Amino acid sequence: MPTLAACSLVLVTTALAFVFFVAPNDANQGFSQRIFYFHVSIAFTAYACFVCGAWQALRHLWKRDPRADLASYVCVHQGLIFGTLVLLTGSIWAKISWGHWWLWSEDELVLFLVLYLFYCAYFMLRFSVDPGPQRANLSAVYALFGVVLIPVSFAAIRLAKTFIHPEVFTLHGPRFGGWILVTYCISQAALLVLAYTLYRLELGGKRLDVRLRRLREALA
Amino acid sequence: MTTAEKYVTAAYCVVFALVLAYVLIMALKLQRLEREVDELAGRAPADDAEADEAPREPARVG
Repeated sequence: MPTLAACSLVLVTTALAFVFFVAPNDANQGFSQRIFYFHVSIAFTAYACFVCGAWQALRHLWKRDPRADLASYVCVHQGLIFGTLVLLTGSIWAKISWGHWWLWSEDELVLFLVLYLFYCAYFMLRFSVDPGPQRANLSAVYALFGVVLIPVSFAAIRLAKTFIHPEVFTLHGPRFGGWILVTYCISQAALLVLAYTLYRLELGGKRLDVRLRRLREALA
Repeated sequence: MTTAEKYVTAAYCVVFALVLAYVLIMALKLQRLEREVDELAGRAPADDAEADEAPREPARVG
């Protein structure tokens, strides 16, 4: 755990140094494009968390492993935290680029919000059912349904007719290179390692909490 | 500082603040769990002492 935390710190610091001191200004957007490095990386990290959550949910339904249910819950929680960051950083970028904090006419923004609210409802569902196999099963099925929205949200940026939202990854690869690509790759690695570190931290805490509760019940 | 620079700085500050808040919440939670572990460990020595005092049956080895 300390090694992971140290790796996260080093990678995030390196990413920030690259973002502010190495990457050049974008020809079209200028300085404001620097939000892109963390905004896009955070978005992909949020998607990765939701996919991992679905995978753990599948494992739970398949093998009936209670640890997988807890792991799925932690993944979804992480995804929601990163999702919040996507919406916040995206709004700031939108304000600079488009002059609006939010545009309801943009399908890609609304679809990401739908995905975000869908996963917010996951917690409402989970905490409205008493702890036990029923809650674990319901949560797992819900997490599996949510993962379907990810490709829809991702494809919306490509299918949008207005193209206000920048499309940086095409079928032919990224639409940037050089130091911009290097900085993006470092930022993406930093955010993924940070998410994994936070996941391990939260999961460790949750498992300890469960064990303590059982121990207390046994001692009572 | 230009407007774009202010917004970019704000965006990175938001990311930093949210991650920091999350880590602080987790740290507080782990502190609480540590206190509970100590509380349970406080009960354990008494049980161990009782177990030590109990007579043991000789066991044949081999």
